[in-house]
Amino acid sequence: MTEMSKIVRTITSITFPFAMIYGLYVIAHGHLTPGGGFQGGAVVASACAMILVAFGSKWTIDKIKEKKLSAFESLGAIGFIALALLGLVFGVAFFNNFLTGSNFLFGNIPPTGSVFADINTGGVLPLMNFAVGLKVIAGLFVIVLVMAYATTSFKGVKK
Amino acid sequence: MTFLELLHIIVPILTVAASVVAVLLKDLLAAVIAVAAMSLLLSLEFYILQAPDVAIAQAGVGACLTTAIFVIAIRATKRMEGEA
Repeated sequence: MTEMSKIVRTITSITFPFAMIYGLYVIAHGHLTPGGGFQGGAVVASACAMILVAFGSKWTIDKIKEKKLSAFESLGAIGFIALALLGLVFGVAFFNNFLTGSNFLFGNIPPTGSVFADINTGGVLPLMNFAVGLKVIAGLFVIVLVMAYATTSFKGVKK
Repeated sequence: MTFLELLHIIVPILTVAASVVAVLLKDLLAAVIAVAAMSLLLSLEFYILQAPDVAIAQAGVGACLTTAIFVIAIRATKRMEGEA
């Protein structure tokens, strides 16, 4: 896919950070607000697809290779299962939430009632959201990237 | 009848209409845009049915990523339906 005009590229450069920050916000606040790893990952992958459409697949695949994205996807799955297994090591069961109430990372007990939400709660749930978000970003973006890159050299051969 | 009840009637009708348009169109690129509009309207319907997380997933995956994949596939093949 070739790159688009300068107007499209400029507008994409302006709007890309907003879409990226919104997606990362949905991932990071997954245990407080609607959304989570999958939804935020889909938003971030949409922002990356916008970059791909505006700047072309050759430029994008020079920046990040599909092998690297595959490694990120595997890292997300491994992180998720490793966090679940750490529950078996530090706690009593698979997926045990060993971090909650420990006053460590995301370790606060959330206050009850009509108060502002505290992001430093949830135990391992935010970390699992990060792992799922990484997996979904890499997995959804590598589909679009490989498809766009594969069809550029393919076009014209078939006619 | 309140505005929200009216929206609950209008948005599903528009969703079905966009789906019918997507089936009937011979230009595949226009059909893909119709599918994207259907997906966006479905996301709005999810939102007014108090399911914002499903709405975010539908808007991200349905309206953006599948549209991009379809457009890329149409670029590599033929644009019109039935063209040899």
